[in-house]
Amino acid sequence: MGNLDSVARAIEECGGRPVVTDRAAEIESATHIVLPGVGAFGDGIRNLRARGLDEILREHAVVGGIPFLGICLGMQLLGTRGYEGGVTEGLGWIEGEVRRLEPAGEDQRIPHIGWNEVAFTRASPLFAGVDTGHDFYFVHSYHLVCHDKEDVVAVTPYCGGFVSAIARGRILGVQFHPEKSQRLGFQVLRNFLAL
Amino acid sequence: MPKIRVMPTLLFKDVGLVKGVAFDSWRRVGSAMQAVKVYNMREVDELVYLDITATSDGRPPDFETVDDLADECFMPLTVGGGVRTVEHVRRLLKVGADKVAINSAAVEQPALIREIADRFGSQCVVVSIDARRRADGTYESYTHAGRRAVGKDPAALAKDAEAMGAGEVLLTSIDRDGTLQGYDVELTRLVSDAVSIPVIASGGAGTYAHMAEVLREGRASAVAAASMYHFTEQTPLAAKQYLRAAGFSVRL
Repeated sequence: MGNLDSVARAIEECGGRPVVTDRAAEIESATHIVLPGVGAFGDGIRNLRARGLDEILREHAVVGGIPFLGICLGMQLLGTRGYEGGVTEGLGWIEGEVRRLEPAGEDQRIPHIGWNEVAFTRASPLFAGVDTGHDFYFVHSYHLVCHDKEDVVAVTPYCGGFVSAIARGRILGVQFHPEKSQRLGFQVLRNFLAL
Repeated sequence: MPKIRVMPTLLFKDVGLVKGVAFDSWRRVGSAMQAVKVYNMREVDELVYLDITATSDGRPPDFETVDDLADECFMPLTVGGGVRTVEHVRRLLKVGADKVAINSAAVEQPALIREIADRFGSQCVVVSIDARRRADGTYESYTHAGRRAVGKDPAALAKDAEAMGAGEVLLTSIDRDGTLQGYDVELTRLVSDAVSIPVIASGGAGTYAHMAEVLREGRASAVAAASMYHFTEQTPLAAKQYLRAAGFSVRL
């Protein structure tokens, strides 16, 4: 599922020892789990289910409490339902739907590609040492609409504002790409690895 | 709004980086790895890497080289050249490309755009359009590094690509390429007005003022440039400082 190498390389640069895997035994022995993702929602969730990874991830992240970070599509897949590539049920760890961004004005082009502000709605260890309002790199057409405001950690002012980071316990997600967001992105990854 | 993006372009031919004029007269300008490391250190907004002879030579993308470059590239990377199948895209994304640019294949098999978008999402499909102004002032699109006319104007081609699921347009003026005389603002405006996906203006940048002009008048979302960084003292950072002073929202 897309950009695995970039994420693995960035984690390495941040002092982690990434293992790219879809095997239960390796996931079981991990101290942290990252679910990256470039791709379409329907295809992504089908890939997870086909390998039985939905259940394995649930067991370790939701039940077992291993820190989990979903990146881009990896965050969206946590939602209840997605509308990209047909209507598909998501992992359902976070209540919410993954909908297409709707332009809120002229010149709001979709996909949302480039650097944009991440404004915190509450404190999160994920953003320790990062000030609110800094730019991170985004490349997406869909966003997670959270039903429970408590899950939202940060929002970004585009298309009427969308959720750019979520947290529920040790389940975390970012819509932007920390692995491509240079210095501040690495700070976010280091914060995650420190959990 | 996302910040406007200032993107260096790296053109790869044979074994090194090159830069030409009007898609010809290529000059060697150094190693790709060295360029990636420098741009990474300088935290540029995004990098475009195009293997300009892959299609003409009948080669697939050079996955190993992209893999090596991407390992040093902690900024967004768009890779193009020789991309003809969904499998090419899968492998490029896997080794670290964030977006994949398709040019010749987008014209010859438009359904490929749809296949890539369905599989990996529209956001990673960049349709690269090379255009030249005709004598009557209209425009013609080209493939195969500017050697084969498509018989379609770039705005129509961009619109079709968007309908098939393309997420971005990389629009290059062949006439202006390497001239340092400024972007083709009219061309950029035609395409930007025709689509609602972002358009990256390319070809002709010689000064920061050219960038401001194509962003404002051409309604581009990003400005790509190569020669002005290779052959003048100008830098992406100084470009953004200039653009900020000119009222644009940039990341500094």
